[in-house]
Amino acid sequence: MSLHLAVALDGAGWHPAAWRAEGARPDRLFTAGYWADLVIEAERGLLDWVTFEDSLSLQSSRYDAPDDRLDQVRGRLDAVLLAAAVAPLTSKIGVIPTTSVTHTEPFHVAIGIASLDYASKGRAGWRPRVSGRPDEAAHFGRRELPDVEALFREASDVVEVVRRLWDSWEDDAEIRDATTGRFIDRDRLHYIDFQGEFFSVKGPSITPRPPQGQPLITALGHSTAPYEFAARNADVLYVTPKDRDDARRIVEEVRELNPGLKVFADLVVFLGDHKARLDELDGAPLESDAHVFEGTPAELADLLLDWGLEGYRLRPGVLPNDLTAITRGLVPELQARGAFRTAYETPDLRGRLGLGRPASRYARVS
Amino acid sequence: MNNTTVWSDPRSGSQIDFDSFKHLAQTAERGKFDFFFLAEGLRLREMKGRIHDLDVVGRPESLTVLSALSAVTTHLGLAATVNSTFNEPYEVARRLATLDHLSGGRAAWNVVTSWDAFTGENFRRGGYLAEADRYTRAREFLQTARELWDSWASDALPRADGRFVRPGGIGFFEHTGQHFDIRGRFDVPRPPQGNPVIIQAGDSEEGREFAASSSDVIFSRHSKLEEGRTFYRDVKSRLAKYGRTADDLKILPAVTYVLGDTQEEAEERAAEIRRAQVGPQTAILFLEAIWGRDLSGYDPDGPLPDIEPDLSTDVSKGRAQFRRDRAETAAKWRALAEEKNLSIRELVIETAAPQTFVGTALSVAEEIDHFVQTDAADGFIFVPHLTPGGLDDLVDKVVPLLQEKGVFRADYTGPTLRHHLGLKELS
Repeated sequence: MSLHLAVALDGAGWHPAAWRAEGARPDRLFTAGYWADLVIEAERGLLDWVTFEDSLSLQSSRYDAPDDRLDQVRGRLDAVLLAAAVAPLTSKIGVIPTTSVTHTEPFHVAIGIASLDYASKGRAGWRPRVSGRPDEAAHFGRRELPDVEALFREASDVVEVVRRLWDSWEDDAEIRDATTGRFIDRDRLHYIDFQGEFFSVKGPSITPRPPQGQPLITALGHSTAPYEFAARNADVLYVTPKDRDDARRIVEEVRELNPGLKVFADLVVFLGDHKARLDELDGAPLESDAHVFEGTPAELADLLLDWGLEGYRLRPGVLPNDLTAITRGLVPELQARGAFRTAYETPDLRGRLGLGRPASRYARVS
Repeated sequence: MNNTTVWSDPRSGSQIDFDSFKHLAQTAERGKFDFFFLAEGLRLREMKGRIHDLDVVGRPESLTVLSALSAVTTHLGLAATVNSTFNEPYEVARRLATLDHLSGGRAAWNVVTSWDAFTGENFRRGGYLAEADRYTRAREFLQTARELWDSWASDALPRADGRFVRPGGIGFFEHTGQHFDIRGRFDVPRPPQGNPVIIQAGDSEEGREFAASSSDVIFSRHSKLEEGRTFYRDVKSRLAKYGRTADDLKILPAVTYVLGDTQEEAEERAAEIRRAQVGPQTAILFLEAIWGRDLSGYDPDGPLPDIEPDLSTDVSKGRAQFRRDRAETAAKWRALAEEKNLSIRELVIETAAPQTFVGTALSVAEEIDHFVQTDAADGFIFVPHLTPGGLDDLVDKVVPLLQEKGVFRADYTGPTLRHHLGLKELS
């Protein structure tokens, strides 16, 4: 079997002290060149895609509010724009930014991801993220945050609107017909007329249907509510099992909700013995929602094959070193075992997962 | 790309593929232009209740494509039009700050204020603004964005000796006003330019004051020499009361150009382009927008309708209403048509598709220079009529002449857009 491998990029890496590690480049974190180097390296390793984290508040060691720590990375760049800035410098790897769906406009999100799909020529994806933090809400100040169930209902509505907007131009809507003087056939443009509990959106999009038709939608989930959200709305779900049995159990639970959903496990990876020193610098052992792996590329390859999922999203503990260990250590190891590609099969991202290009939901069947 | 983009020309390429944007931007950079500017449209235009189908339509989200362009250019400024009505300051400020970081200080923001319920139907905010509130919201929006950018000190991140962040805190802000009541911490470090360059297109009394008080560039519609000078004098004279000098605000009219080997050839080409921009169906639609009536039964090559405009209806939606007084416009058009004996289409061509610089490369270069030397403009925003090749001629033929005259840079002399424009660096 051949695995799918994605890498999650965030700041200096997933360890809070990563910026102090050997080889880290904290002075370049907010430059385009830093991110370009990482994504080009990931593409060199034939990885399926990279993801870019994002939120609408400052990073914090606390779950519910900002903190006052001075010794960790603070500040980040907008993930959609970051993905767009690396897209023209690569040609095969997928680029998947995170956006909040709680405080943003579905219309802006839809045209942003569609535009990323154009800039990357069919390699864009999206991770919608629910924001439940009160400090994020205070940055917008429009309303009291609803409860968690309502936030997920709202998130589902946002994804529905985004998907409809992507379909709102049929593929052949642009006709450039000199005889009648018409640039578009307006019968192939569609109002989406979405009316929901939280908002309504008329449509159609201002951006023509993106190259992939429907860019890849991915979601992260740790419990049943986000699993259900993903089962209804996403193409790929990232889960966070603690071990092999946990992985089996989660995959089974998700399969019952949606047998076609692709399930990837998230793992924080340290390919070497540098974690202990970083823990010491940070003053505490790394805490993570995902399993933390420490070891050699061969040992990681063992784990990935043993857990038996179809794909993994690896979160490098330190950038760029743990990424380079993935592309130059883990990938050859998996290739040697016949468990990873030796060349990109398709130029577009959906195709890489065996997903075809869907027809627009509004297209008339002829 | 807008309603004057000619798509029927065989050289007309995609209006949406990234390669078209890349070609335009790289051509502009080859010509040492200050910046590349993208407009915005958040709802497709409609005529008589149906989506307008005659013009080029379908555009990307400005900031996303500009970020991608930052990767394939090195000096060119990147200007995004972003609406202050259907957005929130925190998000817009962080996206513009991001573009400024990614491009190494080349971002600009054209602050626009649309207010119609028609566009609002695409947004969860839904509601629209009373016209009177447009500028108060835009002012407060821009003010708030500046507070967010300024909430990080330029030396907030030492990233040494175990400290990523300097004590004293980063990003604290609190804004309480008529339109926004927000507080917390901004999450993007101070942009390389301090604040991105601010562009506005204000033309009304209020718009001019807004621009004079807080803008770095005015994107103006006054592209004729005399009215350009009048506008230039008027706006520059408003700067002193805000403690600003004439150099602090650049006036850049939107202009078009057509070149030929001779003046006659250029004029012929210009006429051809106008005919392509205003096809027979387009001519009728233009007239319907003013008349407020269905005129589809009229012959575009025939005379104006005898019936008067119906001022009680508005058939055109989603487009800036430049012609406020339709009755007056209709009367003016009728007089012009009678005076010159023009058909409907000839009339629309004459009034709706003005061209600025038409001539040989040399005469156009001289005219451009004359505008600037006589205070009708500090520069221009060229609106090409072709995608993606619409700047090729200008860069290959006119720019070298301006460089020879010594009135345009031979090369970039600094990394930031603020530097290209000769604006003060922000501390």
